[in-house]
Amino acid sequence: MAGISLQNVVKKYGRLEVVHGINLDIEHNEFVVLVGPSGCGKSTTLRMIAGLEDISDGDIAIGDQVVNDLPPRKRNISMVFQNYALYPHMNVRENLGFGLKIAGQSKDAIEQRVQEAADILGLSELLERIPAELSGGQRQRVAMGRAIVRHPEAFLFDEPLSNLDAKLRVQMRTEIKKLHNKVKTTVVYVTHDQVEAMTLADRIVVMKDGYIEQVGTPMEVFSHPVNTFVASFIGSPPMNLIPARITSGMAEFRDGKKIPVPSRLAEDVTEGQEIIFGIRPDDLTPIGHGIHEARETTDIDLTVDLAELLGTETLLYTSFAGQEVQGKMFDPRNVTPGETLTFRLSLDKAHIFDAASGQSVRRL
Amino acid sequence: MSRDLKKRLRAAGLWVTTFVLMVIMCVPGLWVVLSGFRPNREILAKPPVWVPEELTLSNFGKIFGFGAEQVAIPVLSYFWNSMVIAMTSTLIALIIGMAGGYAFARFRFRFKNAWFLGLMLFRAVPGIALSLPVFMLWSRLGLIDTQMGLIIVYVSLNVPFTIWLIDGFFRQIPMSLSEAAQVDGCTRWQAFWKIEFPLARSGIAAAGVFAFLTSWNEFALASQLTRSTDSKTLPVGLMDFTAQFTIDWAGMCAMAVIIIVPALILTFLVQKHLIAGLTFGGVKG
Repeated sequence: MAGISLQNVVKKYGRLEVVHGINLDIEHNEFVVLVGPSGCGKSTTLRMIAGLEDISDGDIAIGDQVVNDLPPRKRNISMVFQNYALYPHMNVRENLGFGLKIAGQSKDAIEQRVQEAADILGLSELLERIPAELSGGQRQRVAMGRAIVRHPEAFLFDEPLSNLDAKLRVQMRTEIKKLHNKVKTTVVYVTHDQVEAMTLADRIVVMKDGYIEQVGTPMEVFSHPVNTFVASFIGSPPMNLIPARITSGMAEFRDGKKIPVPSRLAEDVTEGQEIIFGIRPDDLTPIGHGIHEARETTDIDLTVDLAELLGTETLLYTSFAGQEVQGKMFDPRNVTPGETLTFRLSLDKAHIFDAASGQSVRRL
Repeated sequence: MSRDLKKRLRAAGLWVTTFVLMVIMCVPGLWVVLSGFRPNREILAKPPVWVPEELTLSNFGKIFGFGAEQVAIPVLSYFWNSMVIAMTSTLIALIIGMAGGYAFARFRFRFKNAWFLGLMLFRAVPGIALSLPVFMLWSRLGLIDTQMGLIIVYVSLNVPFTIWLIDGFFRQIPMSLSEAAQVDGCTRWQAFWKIEFPLARSGIAAAGVFAFLTSWNEFALASQLTRSTDSKTLPVGLMDFTAQFTIDWAGMCAMAVIIIVPALILTFLVQKHLIAGLTFGGVKG
């Protein structure tokens, strides 16, 4: 059993603290994705788990063993790097078998494990090639192969798909998910791409400025973001966030327009409170062009400034309370800019955050 | 003028320029080599004889002590001294250069830039400017006319250069390769020898060739610090061909050929390593 546990982990470079005492427990065989913008400390956290960065304070345990002072080679982990880090002077077979050779395994055992990994990843035809002769996707697969041959306690992925083109990225994403289903192991995966996080993770860890903002299943993080940062970071296009004030059970916007406070949040707000009203574009749809049945809705007339046809849906840019707000039209028809449509807003999917703290007012 | 013609003219111009430059660089060397195989009278003939009429090995026989004419020059001792001094100083300069280059490329430490700048500034000092202080120091330490004395001087001349060159090559190798090796089970030392060293091999070979050639060809300092067959190197030995009133050009050129050949062989042997580019492909493409 090899879960990973981080207790009050701090990372400092000189006087600069970049990770501020984070706590995280990763279950055995769990696929956890660390996601956040550049500089949020996610890669540093991963490298601390790998042992490539010392920790300044706190404890990291893999399985039952505290590994703070263990070098990477004694942690029994594998890592896939952003730039693949394949050994350029070795062919694919040697790249895959390198770790086993270092561990002193017999030639037959190495050959068997390399073949096994090559079969799983479809690399059998490429074993004699050197990395320079491989395409980006193939290199990525070799990097993953090198990780799985050693049967480690945990896989660490550091933005493994960010060097691939969009199409290949989607393909490799699926392969990683399939691989995890095949080779059940604990995975810690770092990305700045929230779509990767949503599609791959059992649990998402949203990080910002060296702090963990929220930990939860993709659905929890998407449906119940704890603050405006998570709300705007997870989901594409991002959630509309509109400042307002609570007046007699209504959210009153800067231009005087009012929307009822969702009944499930009515007790969480106070009269006169400054709030940020959050609604995802998916929950703001022209009447007749939404796909969900909301129990609690309100209708507003909005003028469309721009319509982006995406195929199965159209993204509508409108103005509300003096700022740009996006809505979606499912089962779309042609919309001309300047057209005014009546939008139905799903109140039971709406979010309210305290304006001062940015935290969700919803009490858990 | 058609575009095709312009293209051809440009190519021809480029070719001629390259040829002229090559001639300027190669002719003196070629002349020395040719003169090594020609009799003295043909070398000194006026007007000059451009195309050799007679080629002979007697100049070589002479300096090695064969044949009728003999010149009493201990070429073998000089050759041995040159070999020992150049090889040893190159080896030491490479070991220090690898350690230093790796440290500058990979580690963060206090005053790193200042140290590096200091090393480079040291390279800017002409070696001959150090000759007097070195001579005085060496004479007190008893290092005058010893192989060790020259080895130390050449190591100190070469180390800044080998560090600088090898540092550049290690910098080109992504850190993640060493990290991947460490995650794969290597110690840092193993990661260096199994991954980073093979990839920096071309740079290390280049540094080695340059260091060897510097030591092998150096004349000014060696002429000051050596006296006898105990330590005299081949370039210093060339001076043996000059007497008060005469210079034995043929013998000198023959010896110059002996000096050039090992350098050429070495360069030829390591030339494939000199072509960098091994690191491409391992990381994102």
